[in-house]
Amino acid sequence: MSRKTLQISGVTRSFPSRGAAGPMLALQPTDLTVAPGEFVAILGPSGCCKSTLLRIVAGLDQPTAGQVTLDGAPVTGPGPDRGMVFQSYTLFPWLTVAQNIRFGLAERGLPEAEQQAIAARFIARTGLKGFENHWPRQLSGGMQQRCALARALANDPEILLLDEPFGALDHQTRELMQELLLEIWEDGDDSGSAEGRKTVLFVTHDIDESIFLANRVIVMSARPGRIKADVPVPLPYPRDWTMKTTPEFAALKALLMGEIREEVRKAALS
Amino acid sequence: MKPLVPVSTGARIMLGAGFFAVFIGAWAAATYSGWVPPLFLADPGKTLIAGWSLLTEFGFAGDIAVTIARVLSGFLIAAVLAVPLGLMMGAFKPVEAFFEPFISFARYLPASAFIPLLILWAGVGEAQKLSVIFIGTFFQIVIMVAVTAGATRMDLVEAAYTLGARSRGIVRRVIIPSSGPQVMETLRLVLGWAWTYVIVAELIGATSGIGHMIMDSQRLLDTGQMIFGIVVIGVIGLVTDFLFKALNRALFPWAVL
Repeated sequence: MSRKTLQISGVTRSFPSRGAAGPMLALQPTDLTVAPGEFVAILGPSGCCKSTLLRIVAGLDQPTAGQVTLDGAPVTGPGPDRGMVFQSYTLFPWLTVAQNIRFGLAERGLPEAEQQAIAARFIARTGLKGFENHWPRQLSGGMQQRCALARALANDPEILLLDEPFGALDHQTRELMQELLLEIWEDGDDSGSAEGRKTVLFVTHDIDESIFLANRVIVMSARPGRIKADVPVPLPYPRDWTMKTTPEFAALKALLMGEIREEVRKAALS
Repeated sequence: MKPLVPVSTGARIMLGAGFFAVFIGAWAAATYSGWVPPLFLADPGKTLIAGWSLLTEFGFAGDIAVTIARVLSGFLIAAVLAVPLGLMMGAFKPVEAFFEPFISFARYLPASAFIPLLILWAGVGEAQKLSVIFIGTFFQIVIMVAVTAGATRMDLVEAAYTLGARSRGIVRRVIIPSSGPQVMETLRLVLGWAWTYVIVAELIGATSGIGHMIMDSQRLLDTGQMIFGIVVIGVIGLVTDFLFKALNRALFPWAVL
């Protein structure tokens, strides 16, 4: 259950550059507050540092200035309270599906029986029943990402960080994965109430994906990145695929396309 | 033939055996025709006969056992010390910075050049033989394992961090298992080199072993025995290679298809 507020305050990131021009600014000072249970999509052209922002929240990258806090406690490094699913396939190849899902639980030293029970629940939830003892290399891309999602969820993090998790999948698989993720998130702690839902930060460059999943879309500008727009998505949950054909969806899409087109042009031409 | 198109298992075995046949055929042609005099090169038949008499009359099996024991013990001592050091160097950059320059220097020191010194220090007994193998293999294993461990996929390390792993967990549950197959490959390769060093060590100041037998045969100008000794080393190498590969497949089912 996520009950902690994520606060990003004045977070800036620049990278040292080889030229005499000094460090290159990648992320302009950024402020963002994410309330517990919010599903926030971070939308932007490639290279706008949306992944960098997510990695800073994860603690995998350090901001040049500013800080990230979780209920007031500053984030200094990665931790199990911020689970992450990466765009690349990051299942441990030497562990089976079930062992991968239990990785974080074993790290915490949970009793064997408890580990197994939790893993079994998430294996069932992500439709991996029957594949518990498969090696990652025997799975399709979609199944690997389902397993990665189960691995992150099994740890019961405060916040789920998703860095274009479906970016490498084909279109059809991606849509199925979006529906699966949405279902899991909507169910929350199985009470089905909004209070049990996890906080999610979802990085994507796909406008449809951001509207379909999130209740709030943050649009990032081209590099050096900054938050250009903060667009609420007032469509009610639970959602299903038919929502993608509603006029409300189309109106939001038009709005976001307008916001992002200009940035994509800048990113592509720079 | 088309580039990179695989061959069937049957064809692979036939082709592999085929070159052995060509090689032995060329050897037979060169020796039986009298083109190469027997003083320099025994023919295949004489080599086999020499081998048979070595095994039945001169206790060559004992020499083989002694040499294998030397190679394995020297190699195991080196591996047991080198693999953990290499893993630590790959995982922790300060450790690497401390050891790497010296080890890079030491691995170019030719092990065989140490033999006179080692005889001075350790005599001509087993300790000297094992030391040659140790010097010849230890530094190589350290460097290669360090490179392997250092090349651990960063995204897997990061994934482990976000799942709550700390330094200890990263080393124990990510770097070590992910390096496993490549470390075993390194050991397989270096074991081959260990065979070179043991023979060199046995050529000088030894009273038993395959290298000693080859040296003795030279005094008698028995090229048949010498070639048989060399071939035995090749066969043992082939067998250990095969066993190593089988072991790798059994240990790392996740890595192979």
